[in-house]
Amino acid sequence: MPQIIDARGLSCPQPVILAKNGIQTGVFPVEVLVDTTASCENVSRMAKSKGFSVTVEPQNSDFKIAINKR
Amino acid sequence: MSEKMTNFFAARTGIIIVGAIIGVCAALLQKFGNPPNMGVCVACFQRDIAGALGLHRADVVQYIRPEIIGFVLGALIAALLFREFKATGGSAPIVRFVLGMFAMIGSLVFLGCPWRALLRLAGGDLNAVVGLLGLITGVAIGVQFLKSGYNLGRAVKTYPLAGLIMPLMMVFLLIVLIVKPGFIFFSAKGPGSMHAPVILSLAIGLLIGFLAQRTRFCTMGSIRDVILMRDLHLLSGVVALLVAAFGMNLIFGAIKLGFAPQPVAHSNHLWNFLGMTLAGLAFSLAGGCPGRQLFLAGEGNGDSAIFVIGMITGAAVAHNFGLAGKPDAMVNGVLQAGGISLGGIVAVGAGLMVCLVIGFTMREKI
Repeated sequence: MPQIIDARGLSCPQPVILAKNGIQTGVFPVEVLVDTTASCENVSRMAKSKGFSVTVEPQNSDFKIAINKR
Repeated sequence: MSEKMTNFFAARTGIIIVGAIIGVCAALLQKFGNPPNMGVCVACFQRDIAGALGLHRADVVQYIRPEIIGFVLGALIAALLFREFKATGGSAPIVRFVLGMFAMIGSLVFLGCPWRALLRLAGGDLNAVVGLLGLITGVAIGVQFLKSGYNLGRAVKTYPLAGLIMPLMMVFLLIVLIVKPGFIFFSAKGPGSMHAPVILSLAIGLLIGFLAQRTRFCTMGSIRDVILMRDLHLLSGVVALLVAAFGMNLIFGAIKLGFAPQPVAHSNHLWNFLGMTLAGLAFSLAGGCPGRQLFLAGEGNGDSAIFVIGMITGAAVAHNFGLAGKPDAMVNGVLQAGGISLGGIVAVGAGLMVCLVIGFTMREKI
């Protein structure tokens, strides 16, 4: 079961903080929903910098970011 | 193509190049008429706009700054081109208004927002070091709140036209700037009277607005990201701005190292520090520096638009109530030290209290 974090509508840097907290629980994959490209970039950058694999899937006007262990 | 461009701007090289372009542009604006070390100052320029509209009557700081108009409209153009325009709002607007007001009051006690703090430093004004230390302190306090669950809640999508209100206000200001109707005030002396040609200011404003929207350039965010997650991405852009502006100032011979007298600045260290602490805390609680708030407003973010209006109101309050810092002046070769009024001291204290209460009470339990 993926861990789903709904960060839509939250402004910077909330989505990154929530994603980081999600990663720290150790339950993978972590799926983060965001609604702006900026949040999508920020969450992806944070996860990549911590060495996780990141796949982004656009959903209507939102994005689903799947974070997984390499 | 569009995706390639997006990736370029999101990368480290992108933000460094954009930071450097902003630094060069700011120095050019100073060379071509903007006040010293004030090539681009979001707080000062919003204060000038407040004055031009007669919201305050400090006759030395009244002008409709095309840079601000350009910031919003440039960001709007970029957001439309890259399909990122999204009208949103409803994340505690009144709190954002109050944060905007106090962010402006804190900035005007120091006499500059984070952008100008960088430009002042690039011009050799060492008071900026004190201001930047205050800014870092304010942002660090904000980060503690963020870590303990501070959150103003979700924004929701709204009507596209609602997201266009701030850009339309900027179009109105542009028309007023060109037509110059009788109800507008333009300074005949002082910083408000000093400005680069309208077309140059507007063009540079549009360029910076466009580039900053793409890269998410943010001065407050650069400090926050380092403290919160050791991320140097935004900071590399801010450092590039500082280095580029310093380099240009060297070429133009526009560097004057020292504390006093510096142009449109005072050397009251305690209040330079605390003014910027207040501003840094308010910016971090609102999620963006004054520039970033303008760019977000251009993308359709109604909460940032409210913050901007809060800042403009804060400028009116600061000057009507005599809260703004008074710059040092040379009178017949004698240095007249500026500083801050009792009202300014009270306002900074009140602002810090209000921001702390907001930070402590508006959090989700985690």
